[in-house]
Amino acid sequence: MMWRSARLIAGKDLRLEWRSRVGMNQVLPFAAVVLVMFAFALNPDSDLLQKATPGLFWVSVLFLALTTVGRTFSIESSEGISDSIRLSGLEPSGFFLGKVISIGVQLLILEVLLGIGVTVLYRASPAEWPLLLSTVGVATVGIAAAGTLYGMVAVSLRVRETILPLLLLPVLTPVLIGSTRAFEAAINETPADGWPWIGLMAVFSFVYVAAGIFGFGALMEDS
Amino acid sequence: MTNSETVAATGPLSTGSSTTRVIGILALIAMGALLLFGLWLSPDDVNQGDAVRILYIHVPSATIAYIGCALTTIGSVLYLWRRSQWWELTAYASAEIAAVFTAITLVTGMLWGRPTWGVYWVWDARLTTTAMLMLLLLGYLALRRLPADYDVRAKRSAIVGLLLFPNVIIVRQSVQWWNTLHQKPTLFANGLGARIEGLMLFTLFIGFIAIGLTFVWLLIHRFRVAYLAEQLEKEDLDRAIADRRAEGIVR
Repeated sequence: MMWRSARLIAGKDLRLEWRSRVGMNQVLPFAAVVLVMFAFALNPDSDLLQKATPGLFWVSVLFLALTTVGRTFSIESSEGISDSIRLSGLEPSGFFLGKVISIGVQLLILEVLLGIGVTVLYRASPAEWPLLLSTVGVATVGIAAAGTLYGMVAVSLRVRETILPLLLLPVLTPVLIGSTRAFEAAINETPADGWPWIGLMAVFSFVYVAAGIFGFGALMEDS
Repeated sequence: MTNSETVAATGPLSTGSSTTRVIGILALIAMGALLLFGLWLSPDDVNQGDAVRILYIHVPSATIAYIGCALTTIGSVLYLWRRSQWWELTAYASAEIAAVFTAITLVTGMLWGRPTWGVYWVWDARLTTTAMLMLLLLGYLALRRLPADYDVRAKRSAIVGLLLFPNVIIVRQSVQWWNTLHQKPTLFANGLGARIEGLMLFTLFIGFIAIGLTFVWLLIHRFRVAYLAEQLEKEDLDRAIADRRAEGIVR
């Protein structure tokens, strides 16, 4: 039941995303703008930009996550939709997981494209693929789970756009630190330094997925 | 009109009671003792000189800030579980006071860091964690103070409150690793160690009592103010409805 609800919600959200093309027409160009802005801010001819690449990559991902979470929940905040969802008999935990999956899939696509962007524009040289891919996977689950939970906390509030970053970004500190250090370890080809971070981010993801599965019912009661 | 009727009509005139008065007086006495011991009676530190005196406020404030944060999480859990307003208001009051003590911790820490380390701020694990705690608390308070129905505000901030302490633990772990990998740690090696003893230890102990009592005193008052504010909001709504009804009858 939970998984069926999750599949329905994730399918619905991704279909909506696909048909509206907002991701392709606005979020992706925004990602490109961010990459270019960082290059302007840090002189691209010095090796500063190259050294900062892992950090810049993940800060960009966090910005994109904010817009993705905001968009995913703006779908649900129009008049009457929350009542319809409550009446639909969907499991709250399934609703949560569905949102995590849809946000996670969108983030993964953005991360792959951003990765190509930094490889080309910042001359980053990816290495140690198992570590890189594990970092992307576990960090994305963490960001999507925390994003969904705090997105739901902020949904249908008049101040949603301002309160979401304030709530979400400090919470994602461990993911930002962990993913950046793991990427650095991968690029410097010292993977042993990176794996503990994967463990930490896995704990983070677990806490947020569990909190979402158990706490989402309370949030859906009156939103 | 008797005295009790006046109280019933206007509500209590203060949030004080005999309990808070006793706690308040004890807190004042402890603060006086802390001033006396902290500024005059306790000796200078061998390494830090007079700067060590800041720590008599700094360390207890930091401890109380973390206890307040834990209390917010406990209150949020119990609110979500039992739906008791009592715990929700305790969580809120505690978060607000924890934010004040976190601010005191950060400011006194910087004032101590400047003469001791030569800089106001270092990206040490403890400092970074405390700064993150401040930001997490500000997020919780911003959400809790939104103009919305009590139930909406309470439930959503309880979810954030529930995750407050787990977040602090994970953040602390991450910044600790981040530090040990990238910067030589133990700036506190000549700070608070096992060496602290005698009069200095006693002064610190008084600091804990003074700050602890202040926290309890503030918490009780803040809880009562929050409770009255919620009652007032409810009553205003009832009164507005009654007024509109009365208008209808006159016409």
